[in-house]
Amino acid sequence: MVDLSRKFDVLVIGGGNAALCAAISARRSGASVLVLEGAPKFYRGGNTRHTRNMRCAHDAATDILTGPYTEEEFFEDLLRVTGGQTDEDLARLMIAESKDILTWIVDQGVRWQPSLGGTLSLGRTNSFFLGGGRAMLNALYLTAEQLGVEILYDAEVLDLDIQDGMFLSATLKQGDDRAQAKATTLVAAAGGFEANIEWLREYWGEAADNFLIRGTPYNRGAILKLLLANGVQEVGDPTQCHAVAIDARAPKFDGGIITRHDSVVFGIVVNRDAARFYDEGEDIWPKRYAIWGRLVAAQPGQIAYIVFDASVRNSFMPTLFPPIEGGSIAELAAKLELDPAALETTIADFNAAVRPGTFDHTILDDCRTEGLTPPKTHWARKIETPPYLAYPVRPGITFTYLGTRVNRESRMLMTDGKPSANMFAAGEIMAGNVLGKGYAAGIGMTIGSVFGRIAGREAAKNARN
Amino acid sequence: MHGTKTLTEADRLMTVCNSCRYCEGLCAVFPAMEMRRSFSDGDLNYLANLCHGCGACYVDCQFAPPHEFNVNVPRTLAIARAESWSAYAWPRSCAGLFARNGLVIAIVAALSVAAFIIGFAAFNDRAVLYGVHTGPGAFYALVPHNAMATLFGAAFVYAVVALIMGVRAFWRDIGEPIGMRADAPSLFQAMRDAGELRYLDGGGVGCFNDDERPIDRRRLYHHFTFYGFLLCFAATSVATLYHYLFAREAPYPWWDLPVVLGTAGGVGLLIGPIGLFAAKWQRDAALLDETRMGMDAAFIAMLFLTSLSGMALLLLRATQAMGPLLALHLGFVFALFITLPYGKFVHGLYRYVALVRYARERRMMAAAGGGPE
Repeated sequence: MVDLSRKFDVLVIGGGNAALCAAISARRSGASVLVLEGAPKFYRGGNTRHTRNMRCAHDAATDILTGPYTEEEFFEDLLRVTGGQTDEDLARLMIAESKDILTWIVDQGVRWQPSLGGTLSLGRTNSFFLGGGRAMLNALYLTAEQLGVEILYDAEVLDLDIQDGMFLSATLKQGDDRAQAKATTLVAAAGGFEANIEWLREYWGEAADNFLIRGTPYNRGAILKLLLANGVQEVGDPTQCHAVAIDARAPKFDGGIITRHDSVVFGIVVNRDAARFYDEGEDIWPKRYAIWGRLVAAQPGQIAYIVFDASVRNSFMPTLFPPIEGGSIAELAAKLELDPAALETTIADFNAAVRPGTFDHTILDDCRTEGLTPPKTHWARKIETPPYLAYPVRPGITFTYLGTRVNRESRMLMTDGKPSANMFAAGEIMAGNVLGKGYAAGIGMTIGSVFGRIAGREAAKNARN
Repeated sequence: MHGTKTLTEADRLMTVCNSCRYCEGLCAVFPAMEMRRSFSDGDLNYLANLCHGCGACYVDCQFAPPHEFNVNVPRTLAIARAESWSAYAWPRSCAGLFARNGLVIAIVAALSVAAFIIGFAAFNDRAVLYGVHTGPGAFYALVPHNAMATLFGAAFVYAVVALIMGVRAFWRDIGEPIGMRADAPSLFQAMRDAGELRYLDGGGVGCFNDDERPIDRRRLYHHFTFYGFLLCFAATSVATLYHYLFAREAPYPWWDLPVVLGTAGGVGLLIGPIGLFAAKWQRDAALLDETRMGMDAAFIAMLFLTSLSGMALLLLRATQAMGPLLALHLGFVFALFITLPYGKFVHGLYRYVALVRYARERRMMAAAGGGPE
């Protein structure tokens, strides 16, 4: 049992990649460390459970990376996906540190493997965890335990005692009781608030009730809220979250990667009124992947249907949920509870607008529509081979952008601009510092490992002084 | 639609896994899965026999129970595997021997040992049975060489025929034409993969058995068992050659090849089975096919008892105990042989065949210029 009467050097709240990197790094710097994970043991690790890779800069190909990915190229990618909404100083620090993370994380027991089947586009930039995110977590937890890091599961933090920007103690749930955890420094690595539907409703209204949460149900943002209420400066747009289109049949929480759909380019997308609403051929993966969640969220009832035909059914990765099938368009519409006449008209109009071209889904090809609003500017082919197929999709929320502002030590900044005396942050809870909007595959894990490692080291140093 | 509930569940899991693919680097099962979009009964039986049960995909899976997707690949494939062995059994009437296999093997072993003891007692008078026999031909004072050779030769041939018929059924089920001719590289690759238990190491991290820590030693104990078995088999083969080619009769002196090989193998067959049994005992219940614990334990026990009685015979062969110990040892060996086609032993053959198939698929795909997907 963990002795909560003692005062730890470093208290880590959270249990994912950032939290464990912070705990390990603090412990390796000589600090005593307590980790409070709000989830039960099986669900430990927050959204890290669902991840599979990390984006790190490297100057040369490695065993598992097919070529170099320079700091400059990484920074350019970050600028592009965020539209410039990034703290350049912190971003460049993160990218520079990411190089070393490639080997540091292996020293903590994590194993790499080449990019997975179907993800060849990431083979140069992203290192994949052998066995996925939960395997990575198992390795980090094992290392932390062996180093003597104390870990409590089912340890939901209910309150933080913070005086003038200085952390004193945390109140946590222990079964039916409450307990205090005291520590000289705090590392907050407890994720965002995407699983808190009530909070999402503040910005999205009732539409939020139709959102599905792709990851852990435990990211309810309690720690983030407590920190902001205690004078920590916020960063990132509170109204924004990262959303992709996922299967509407997915569970409310924790459906993970296997509920995603990337078949938009092979057909058309219609809303509840059986009408198209956006150019399905606008851009290649992963950019289009990241916009469709938001597009579906803006549709009535927050639902849409990717409609395609039998000729392309094997053109994309197999899906968890099978497509819904109809021998005719009317039959498919009936199964989707759409107006059959409206869907027939939409598809007939679309087919009539398709111009001949040479299909190639790996490039922006010349298959497009003409005289159609909205157009399908690439990969447009007629939908005419029965059976007709459809996936119902809803917005799947991945993470939120609102966070705590930090400096190069990963130390939180207070609303008056001064650094906190003893509070640090890492992972999704501070991701908004470098990722103001958008997303690039694997960057969440980079933020977690890099700033987790920094936060742990700095918190240990802070505790010694 | 699938033939059994187990295969229906295996299909569900492979559909989940095929849309995830995080476990691709752990073993051969997932890359083989990725070569398919849908799964026939034969495909699933192939994947089931390809699985070594290292447990890595279970502890690595974000959808393992208690998650509602309830993904437990090692356990489901273990059940599918055992059910497939029963389905391939030859003759068909023996398929039922896989059910309650522990009991079946125990009864066969007991009957076999009893038969040898009674036979020894019936054909020899007490003075011979409890006499001290040494030097070449000592064993044959108790049982004539030709009788022994005929009996064990027949048991051996029967086992080989039954095993070949089973493998044939498997090979057909997984959709390959009979005969693996003309693909020596795949046969050789599979031999290497099986020989080093390449896929019993969680993709390099190690195996999982008790919990999520990779501290499992089954690979080591399996090596003791497997190579111990091969050494014992080699000892018997050498002794057979000695007998027929050089007219040199058993028992042989301790320094002679059959005894050296047999002793080394016997030690392996004592250490290996103990380690494997302990691992089985400590295995996370979530990974176990509990209904087949008896089958696993029975095979482990038979190997152990065969070795133990053989080692006792070696140590005490110059004493009065030789007669009874010889009967005991021969009883176990005989029971082991005739039950080989109807117990855990078959896993090695089917796994080897699955590895051959996998090596072929990999080679064909490489020739076609692609990776999975």
